[in-house]
Amino acid sequence: MPVRCAAAVETERAATTSEVADPDVPWITLVHNDPVNLMSYVAYVFQSYFGFDEAKANRLMLDVHNKGRAVVSSGTREEMERDVQAMHGYGLWATLRQDR
Amino acid sequence: MGRYFKAEDGGAAASFDVFEAGLLRAYAEQMLELIDARDGATGTAEDLIASAFSEGPTELPEDPALARLFPDAYTDLGPDGDAAAASAEFRRYTENDLRARKRDDAQAVIRSLEALAPEGRRRKTLRLKPDECRQWLGALNDLRLVIASRLGIEADEDFDALLELPDDDPRQPLVLTYGWLTTLQDTLVEALMRSL
Repeated sequence: MPVRCAAAVETERAATTSEVADPDVPWITLVHNDPVNLMSYVAYVFQSYFGFDEAKANRLMLDVHNKGRAVVSSGTREEMERDVQAMHGYGLWATLRQDR
Repeated sequence: MGRYFKAEDGGAAASFDVFEAGLLRAYAEQMLELIDARDGATGTAEDLIASAFSEGPTELPEDPALARLFPDAYTDLGPDGDAAAASAEFRRYTENDLRARKRDDAQAVIRSLEALAPEGRRRKTLRLKPDECRQWLGALNDLRLVIASRLGIEADEDFDALLELPDDDPRQPLVLTYGWLTTLQDTLVEALMRSL
C-alpha cells in the first residue's frame, strides 16, 4: 500500500467521519468464517502475516470457524485498514470497525 | 514425487501430467480474464499504467465471485456510521492494488506450468521456491473462491452435498476440480508451514 494512498484516505476521511468516530475507541480487524478457506490456510495466514505463534494462530482460526468470526488485531483505523487489505489479499473475508 | 505438494528445499514440489497442467493453466487464464473483466482492462502495460493513475472502483462487484474476491471492508459502523460510504472510499484506494496482486499470482501459476510443459503420459515434477509457493497459494485460494461461488457453496456442508451428485450432472467436473484444488492448496500450506 503506497504511502500516497494512505495519506489521501486520511485527509478525506477526516471530513466525512469525524462526527461518528470517537478517537479514543480503538479499531479492530475481524476475520469472518466462510466455507472455502481451509482451516490450515487461515492458521498459516495468521502466523505468516501477524507473526502469531502456532498456538495463538490455531486458537484464532478455531474462533473464526466455530464462532463465525474473530478479532485478529486492534489499533488505529489506518493500521486496521492495512490489515484488512492484507487479509483480502490472502482471500480471507475481513472487515474493520470500532471496538464498541 | 506425488501428485500433491511436499516440502522440498524450503519450497515445495508436486508432479503434474499434461492434462492436470493444462487444466490448471486454463483455470488460471480464466481467472485473469475475470479479474480484468471489471473495467475492460486486459492487463496490458497500457492498461496497468492507466489504472495506476486513475482512481479505483467504489462499488461492490455485481458478480458474486468478484464480490468475494473484492469484498467490502466495512459492514458495521454503528447506527450513525455510513459503512457503505467508508467501504467505497476504502475500495477506491485499495482495489486496484488488490487486483494487481491477484493478477500476479495467477500469472505466476501460468508461468510455472508453461515452463514445466509435461508431455504425453509422463508426469513432471514442479519445484516451487518459497516466493512462488506464496503466489501459488494465493492463486489456488482465489480459484477455489471463484469456483465455490459458481457452485453455490455457502455453508460448510454444501460441498459434501455436491459430492453426492449423479455422474451426469453438469456441475460434476467443477466439483472434482474444486476437490483437487483443495488438496493441492492444503498440501502446499502444510509444506510451507514446515518452513515458517
